[in-house]
Amino acid sequence: AVSLPFAVGQCGNQVGCRFWDLALREHAAVNKKGVYDEALSSFFRNVDTRGDGDGPGIYTGKICSLKARALLIDMEEGVVNGILQGPLRDVFDSKQLITDVSGSGNNWAVGHKLYGYQYRENIVEKLRRTAEHCDCLQCFFIIHSMGGGTGSGLGTFVLNLLEDEFPEVYRFVTSVYPSGEDDVITSPYNSVLAMKELNEHADCVLPVENESLFDIVNKINQMINSGKLGSTVKQNSLVTSSAGTVKTLQEKPFDAMNNIVANLLLNLTSSARFEGSLNMDLNEISMNLVPFPRLHYLVSSLTPLYTLADVNVPSRRLDQMFSDAFSRDHQLIQADPKHSLYLACALLVRGNVQVSDLRRNIERLKPSLHFVSWNQEGWKTGLCSVPPVGHSHSLLALANNTCVKPTFIELKERFMKLYKKKAHLHHYLQIDGMEQSCFSEAVSSLSDLIEDYNELDATKGGPRTDPSRLKIAL
Amino acid sequence: MSIVTVQLGQCGNQIGHEVFHTLCSDIRGTHGLCSRKENQSYQDACKERFFWEEESGVPVARAVLVDMEPKVISQTLSMAARSGCWKYNNQSHFCQKQGSGNNWANGYSVHGPRHKESIMNLVQKEAEKCDRLGGFVTIMSVAGGTGSGLGAFVTQCLRDAFPASFILNHVIWPYGTGEVIVQNYNCVLTLSRLYRSADALLVHENDVVHKICAQLMNIKHISFRDVNQVIAHQLGSVFQPTHTAEGGPNYSRNPLGDLMETLVPHPEFKMLGLRNIPHIPESSLPYSTFSWPGLIKHLRQMLIANAQMEEGIDWQVRPPPAGSSSRSTRKPLHFNASVANLVILRGKDVHSVDLGSFQDPSLYPSWLNPQDALNAWRTPRAFNKYEKSASLVSNSQFLLKPLDSAVGKAWNMFASKAYIHQYTKFGIEEEDFLDSFTTLEQVISSYTSL
Repeated sequence: AVSLPFAVGQCGNQVGCRFWDLALREHAAVNKKGVYDEALSSFFRNVDTRGDGDGPGIYTGKICSLKARALLIDMEEGVVNGILQGPLRDVFDSKQLITDVSGSGNNWAVGHKLYGYQYRENIVEKLRRTAEHCDCLQCFFIIHSMGGGTGSGLGTFVLNLLEDEFPEVYRFVTSVYPSGEDDVITSPYNSVLAMKELNEHADCVLPVENESLFDIVNKINQMINSGKLGSTVKQNSLVTSSAGTVKTLQEKPFDAMNNIVANLLLNLTSSARFEGSLNMDLNEISMNLVPFPRLHYLVSSLTPLYTLADVNVPSRRLDQMFSDAFSRDHQLIQADPKHSLYLACALLVRGNVQVSDLRRNIERLKPSLHFVSWNQEGWKTGLCSVPPVGHSHSLLALANNTCVKPTFIELKERFMKLYKKKAHLHHYLQIDGMEQSCFSEAVSSLSDLIEDYNELDATKGGPRTDPSRLKIAL
Repeated sequence: MSIVTVQLGQCGNQIGHEVFHTLCSDIRGTHGLCSRKENQSYQDACKERFFWEEESGVPVARAVLVDMEPKVISQTLSMAARSGCWKYNNQSHFCQKQGSGNNWANGYSVHGPRHKESIMNLVQKEAEKCDRLGGFVTIMSVAGGTGSGLGAFVTQCLRDAFPASFILNHVIWPYGTGEVIVQNYNCVLTLSRLYRSADALLVHENDVVHKICAQLMNIKHISFRDVNQVIAHQLGSVFQPTHTAEGGPNYSRNPLGDLMETLVPHPEFKMLGLRNIPHIPESSLPYSTFSWPGLIKHLRQMLIANAQMEEGIDWQVRPPPAGSSSRSTRKPLHFNASVANLVILRGKDVHSVDLGSFQDPSLYPSWLNPQDALNAWRTPRAFNKYEKSASLVSNSQFLLKPLDSAVGKAWNMFASKAYIHQYTKFGIEEEDFLDSFTTLEQVISSYTSL
């Protein structure tokens, strides 16, 4: 089953670039024979560049030329051009790109209403063409940031489009949320306007905050520089590392942070691509982690952040991996799931970990976690045999937890600060199709969402006593 | 008579593979401990039951493999072929690309009708290869989407297409602390449907088998493969050929029919549990000896005390004195009452074993005749390297507690309406849930009243 990533905007494409690079590295590590297999077909097409394109024999047999199944969309050219001139240029072809020159000026309305309208046909056409090449399209991934104009506005426009054109295909969104010190003044407007779209049209959202990524990068650098680990760390195991990829020079500081998000997506799709004793597909993630349609925001954590070079891993270290997955400083947003309420939790383990390790750790960690009353044992688990590059095992935890609430509350507060003064509003309202009601509806949607989480926190999900069972007359 | 196995979903296919592997390796072994004639008879009966032969002489499993995504079937087919001693028929599988997403409604209402024809064609082909069709065994988990939802649909199709055949669902109960968050919903929806279409349900609980792996087998890092191998051993101990009491010198020709006849006297009681002793690490086998009286004593107490293995049995539990009505006196706690029991003995000196303790009237409700409630199958041919092996297939209150627990959790979740939108999306409405709950509360009530 195929997953189709869309990278929209500058941030989205920078993350996307890291994603494709790391995906190639991962498949190269597993696929020694150079045969185009089912796992590769999730993300890549096998194209015979000598001829016209896909021939009949192209679906099995040797790898000729891999092309990523992707759409890269940006209203500026800089990042996408960089990709096309860089070492990954052969992985994309021009039919997968949609670019413009002037950018969206950090204005959601420009991205959504203006460019959305302008590029709709183009996007639909390229989308259909890409989808045609897929045997079975299961899921779309949108990778974007919330604070700007293109990723936020055009990205959520694409989300709507996907729902209209392919209603049965799942829509997962990886959204980078702006931090408090974001240098884009209007980022609260852009984010809240985008949130309404995510509330209504996404199946699952994986929010990510730059602060958290930054903290993780710092933590790793400190560990390495302190000499405590020194040369014993496997370079390619770092969740921030580009080692072993096509692009070996880490040019920008964002690369390390973007690698984390790229690894998130790789881990999320690992069990759908590779075999294991308990498979976990993307449609299962949506099914198990979304108890009510609007509550589809999942907090994610990746462990371990690195591997030491010594090969023998005693059980204790394995258990540490599980503990870390629940700690505040491994989450990809500023949140503390341990001290909030869980609606559902998924653990996707990769590598040489068995079901007994999984059970032991769930038993061990359960007592310290708070689950909603109607889902006291709500765990979704998956075991994938293939570990990530450089690791013997790894864990991705996804939590549907009320700890996302503070992020949304802060976002709303920053929005209101601007909105009360009507600051910068005219930049939005002058765009065709934008009205004041767009703003009031958006903040209202966010308020409702926050209310949902408040209610859950207050009631822990249900009445104090269990509802009485049906009685059978004997 | 031959049995056609339908393997459904990841669990069903992984277990099915281990079962055929166990059956094959058992008949190939030279540890039969019986006369050559007996051994030959046993091998022939097993082959007729579970395999047909290719020109090359390699046994081909009488099985249909079904899954909604390709990875597991692909692995299963290749593992079997690599074994060199048996294989699956390469044509006898059906898969799709996407999986059922743990969504019972998706498995039952979407995949079921959509793929009914293709799947039933494969089943028909396997059925036609049998000289005499003895019935069907389906293997599935109740937690996921394919095994449970599509499995329930396929079971109904089997019943419709083969109204006179026996159908046994082999069902895997997930770990209590969760493998799938909506597992209790899927379990309730599945069991209620299976109860209507199948003749009996034989249940294995992951928690129980896990304990066997940990405590009896001393396995440190238990994998699903380990769990499945224990299950396969237990199933093998039931389905390998035996002589029935009346059967005379030949092996029973109708294992499923015999099973249903002995264990399901009343359609309200269809839940079967399985216990098998001894079960020890293979490395310990040469150093262990067992006596039949000891094995039978343990097995009986395992029945009464609802123990899952021969360690940690509560010997304090006793059945109430015979003759006391089940309504008037207070039953001692934890006593496990039975509707019917089937004891299967394999190996040395089986004919000398006394099973009178299983005919104790206090084990059964007053409306049953204890003479009819116990049946025994025997064979002097040893199974899977065990000099002596005793299995108990029991229609009893074994599963009352896990069933009640699953229904309770599902009800709790249903009251909050959590996840319901995922099911209504594919056409399963709240009414369907209520119907299922009602059916299962009825089953719980029936077993509780024993």
